[in-house]
Parts: sequence; structure tokens; C-alpha cells
Amino acid sequence: MTAMQPVEQRDEVEMLSLMLLIRRFEERASQQYQAQKVGGFCHLYIGQEAVVTGAIAAVRDDDYIITAYRDHAHALARGTSANACMAELFGKETGCSRGLGGSMHFFDRQRHMYGGHAIVAAHVPLAVGMAFAIKYRSEDRVTLCFFGDGAINQGAFHEALNLAALYKLPVVFICENNLFAMGTSVKRSTSLKQIIDRAEGYDIPGEIVDGMNFREVRDKVAEVADSIRKEPHPAFLEARTYRYRGHSMSDPASYRTKQELEKYRLDDPITRLRAQLTREGKLTNEQFDRLDKQAKEAVMAAVKFAEQSSEPPLEKLYDYTYANGAKP
Amino acid sequence: MREITYRQALNEALAEELERDPNVFLMGEEVAEYQGAYKVSHGLLERFGPERIIDTPISENGFAGLGVGAAMVGLRPIIEFMTFSFSLVAFDQVVNNAPNMYTMSGGQFNIPIVFRGPNGPAHQLGATHSHATENFYASVPGLKVCAPATPRDAKGLLKTAVRDNNPVLVLEAELLYSSKGMVEPPDEELLIPLGKADVKREGSDVSVICYSQTVPVALKVAAQLEEEDISAEVLDLRSIKPLDEKAIYDSVTKTHRVVIVEQDHPFCGVGAEVCYRIQENIFDELDAPIIRVSQEDVPMPYNERLEHAVLPNAEKLTAAVKKVCYA
Ligand SMILES: Cc1ncc(C[n+]2csc(CCOP(=O)(O)OP(=O)(O)O)c2C)c(N)n1
Ligand SMILES: [Mg+2]
Repeated sequence: MTAMQPVEQRDEVEMLSLMLLIRRFEERASQQYQAQKVGGFCHLYIGQEAVVTGAIAAVRDDDYIITAYRDHAHALARGTSANACMAELFGKETGCSRGLGGSMHFFDRQRHMYGGHAIVAAHVPLAVGMAFAIKYRSEDRVTLCFFGDGAINQGAFHEALNLAALYKLPVVFICENNLFAMGTSVKRSTSLKQIIDRAEGYDIPGEIVDGMNFREVRDKVAEVADSIRKEPHPAFLEARTYRYRGHSMSDPASYRTKQELEKYRLDDPITRLRAQLTREGKLTNEQFDRLDKQAKEAVMAAVKFAEQSSEPPLEKLYDYTYANGAKP
Repeated sequence: MREITYRQALNEALAEELERDPNVFLMGEEVAEYQGAYKVSHGLLERFGPERIIDTPISENGFAGLGVGAAMVGLRPIIEFMTFSFSLVAFDQVVNNAPNMYTMSGGQFNIPIVFRGPNGPAHQLGATHSHATENFYASVPGLKVCAPATPRDAKGLLKTAVRDNNPVLVLEAELLYSSKGMVEPPDEELLIPLGKADVKREGSDVSVICYSQTVPVALKVAAQLEEEDISAEVLDLRSIKPLDEKAIYDSVTKTHRVVIVEQDHPFCGVGAEVCYRIQENIFDELDAPIIRVSQEDVPMPYNERLEHAVLPNAEKLTAAVKKVCYA
């Protein structure tokens, strides 16, 4: 068993700079997409940073995480370098999926980041499988499974929750409820009054957390993870959050109002953690500016790295179809 | 005739069939309020109302099955998959329920349903979002599959599909939605039968058999090869199943050489079936072995250059045509 790293000791200023890195990375990704350096679909995480950073701050580095296609932040939060993430967007060989996956399919085996999955809810059963393996090997890890509010109406989601509850598997289902699945609001997609009630239907303990509040997410995930490590069981958290940008780069998001967006912007997760730390005398304005500058520089360096990296070679086209480069 | 886009043509087909038959309804993700992920259903909510243009949650298996059930009791559903890559979530309904019902019930329940949406690789969407599903579905008895390449064919085939008493898959193409072409005026009924191929360009040296996104590739290559004195006939299958064998044999009997350019994978692809039928029926007409140009046999990579290398592109087709012509 791996030694437990006490969660409270993750430095909050460091976590704030991680949120800044994610924010600046996404802004730059958007710009590079517009400059056609990035192709395919690209979904930005701006506004939701407190969810993944809070959750990651609450678990160990050897815990498993898996998410959907809005995945850049999850890799960055796990410690995948901005270089490897940007290079993936550029389709370069130095990318975290060797340029073969793209924006929606980030993977980092070494850091226990199991993807990056673009079929809505298809990864939820995978999370349950990973949790099954944890229990099978009598480990005390947990699996964090992130997904959107749009995923909760897929059969795969329901089947997975039932399996997790039935076999008492160590998995935390974290629904990042940003109120919309593309242009469809939760009200128009889901018969329940609140998403969290899905958990009750499977006898899985669930709670709502403020997804714009880093500390609340961290503390709740820590509590749940602790309980799971003692005695494996699934848990469900509904993190209420908001995405500031459109669903993907091509979505003008005309299905929601400016006022709604502004309301959430005022509740910005970065501003909020910054204010908390400043109030407590743990962060000065100069320090914050320096952190932000560092984040911007790291991302600029990542763009440069991505630009200078080479493309995956054509000769390797068949190397990753079957394990060990085998040919059928 | 007037020039409209492939997207508009589909939109007209939907509107006309909704207008004609109150049993027809359209259901899928983002089809109503968002006006369609690719805007194919633009304006239909306003015109036909939320009882007939219906937004769904992300529940492909559920709403595809809902469609099959509604068809069993007399409605004529049009089910949109945002892309056919997502139809894989509903594979059971499309493959197990829709086409088997008629046989299993001893002919009591036919299923008049259309499954439609974009199919085939678009641009850098990666492995999960780039599936060309035509060969999976065409291998299922009881399903019909068409894959139009032009606005006119899109309109005429979709309208026919809605009137067919069987499950029909209309495989559209994301990369063609904005392409333009001449189509009959709206007051002229346009129905194109399933199972009829179309010669998109006449030629005498080689038959290039294609469908969907490979049609523009074939036309481009044919135009270039004309300058090198190779006269390529471009035969657009339009329907994969039923397959217009007569049109294929007519063309091959004229040219004696064949290249099949398909959007799917080489192993058990559509071209394998076409190729088999040609050699079985008109073997003596062939002056050279048939060549198939398809995707490479790999999951789709995201990287643009690799994606291009995987796709059945113009360079590969040109080389194949020259090879069968011994040019
Ligand atoms: C099975 C499937 N159906 C449809 C889609 C298209 N699609 C991609 S994201 C999305 C919305 C998902 O919304 P949500 O789960 O709330 O996540 P968010 O985008 O808000 O992060 C849809 C419909 C898909 N990728 N997979
Ligand atoms: Mg959402």
C-alpha cells in the first residue's frame, strides 16, 4: 500500500496557481484554435476550474481519475505538463497521446489519468472497472470519475452506478453540473428536480457541492475519499458550476442569457480562492500577479514547444493499432 | 432547377414529408431549439411545433428504441443521430430490433423508420467520432442503407426513405452539408428510388465506383485524369443496400476496369462486396484486377497529416486508377 499523503497539506497557493495555469492554458488553446493550429472539436473548461483542482487536491497521486472530452484541465491538474497538453492539441508526437488523440482524448498513464473520453457517458463504466480492479487487488486507492450533467441520461451511466453500488466499489462519481449539455439545459433533459437524486435511486450516498468553491469541493472529496479508503463504496457528488464559453469552439451559446453568464462570472472560482487567501493574509496582490505571470509564461512556452515539436511519423501509422505494434 | 446546399436539401425533404404525413415526426439531440447540431432541422420547430420536432436527452439507445416502438404502432419516426458514431450507443435498437421485427413476428410488424445523420470521417475528430458505419449496417438483413453525395440525391433519397415501410438509414456527410447543387423546385415532387446508382460523369477507360464523401474525390480525380487522356466514369452508388448491380455491370462492361473508392475500412468493407459481385457475374469483362481504395485499417488518428494518410484521398485514387489502366 502506498503511503498516504495528508490532503490538508496541499498548498492552497499552489492550487490557486494550478487554477491559473488551467485558465491561461484554455485561453491560449482557444486562440490557437482560431489560428487553426488546433483542429477537430475543442471544449474549454473556463469557469469550472474549482471542480477538478478541488477534487485533485483531495486525493493521492496514485488514485485513478477519468473524465469526458472537456479534459484539458484534468490532465493539467494531474500534473501532465502544459507542453504535453498543448502539443496534443497541435497533434504533435510530444503530445500526451502522441498527437493521435487530440483535444477530446488526453491520456497520461504515468499520472493515472485514464482519459479523455468523447462518447458521452461511455467512460462511466470504465471508472467502475478501475474501481473493481482496486478492490480486486485489495488496494486503498479511489477512482474519481468526472462527467457532465448531460451524461446522466445514458444507459451506460445507469448500468455503471448500479454495478458500483452492487459490488461496493471505491469510486466517486463527480457530476460537473454546468447546467447545459450543448444547448440543452438540465431542466429540458432530466425528469428529476435535482441531479443528485440519481444517486439515491441506486442507494449511493450523494451530496451537492458548490463547484465554484475550491475549498468546498476539496473538503467534500477528501471526506468521501477517506470513508471509501476505510471501507470501499461508491459515492456521488454533484458539483454545481458553469462554463463561461460555448459548448465547443463552434457554439455561440445563444441559448442562455448574458445576465446568467455575468452572475456566474461574479462568482469566479479563481477570484474567490484569491479573495479567501488574501483575506487570511496568505497571499499578496504582488504574489498573485507573479503567479499569473508565471502561468501565462508557462503556456506561452507550451505553445512554442508545441510548434517546434515534430509530427508523428507516417511510418508509425500502424504502430498503435495492436499492442506492441503487432500487425494482424 | 435552382442551386441549394445539401443541408437545405435535407431540410426541404424533412419539411415536405412532415407536411405530407402527420405520422412523421423528427426526434434527436438538439434538433428542435438549437435548430440541429448541423442546422439540418433549421426552422422545423417553429413550423411543426414541439409535438413533432422533439429534443431528446443524450440517450441514443432510448430514443432509437422509442422510434422503433412508435413505428410498431403506426407512426413513422425520423430519428436523428448527431453523428452515426453515436448510433453505436444504439446499436442494439438499430441492428437487433428495427430489422428483425418483421421476420420475428411472422410479418406482423414492419418498422417504417428512418435513422439519419452525418456518417464517416469529418476533420480531425479522432477515433471515436470518425466512424464510417455503412459496412456494419449494410451487413444486416432487413436494413436499407443509402449515402447520398449531392443535394439532389440527399433530398430525393431522404423523402423516399421516409415513405419506405422498412428501417432505412440515410447516411449524410458532415463535409458535404455546405456543398451546393441543382435541385428541382420545391413544388416538384422529387423522389429518388433506393437501389439506383447514378453516373455522375461518363467515361470509357475505367469505372470509379464511389458513394458519399468519396464522390467529390472521384470527380476531382476524373477531371485531372482527363488531362492525361484517361477517361474515368464516375458511378455514384447512392444506395449501398439495395445495391444497383445493373448499373455497376453496365459501367464495367463498357470500361472493363474498376477502382472502388469507399469511405469505410478495407476489411469487410462495402467495396469487398461490390468487388465480389463483379467477379462473380461479369468476370470476363475485366481487363485488370479490381483495386479498392479505402481507409487504412487503423483507428482514426487526430493528427491532420496522419488522418489524410488514413483517408481514401485523391492521391491514392489517382495511383489506383493509373494502375488498373496500366498507365
Ligand atoms: C453518445 C454521444 N452522444 C452525443 C454526443 C455529442 N455531445 C458531445 S458533448 C455533448 C453534451 C454533453 O454535455 P455534458 O455531459 O453536460 O458535458 P459538458 O459539455 O457540459 O461538459 C453532446 C450532446 C457525444 N459526444 N456522445
Ligand atoms: Mg453540462
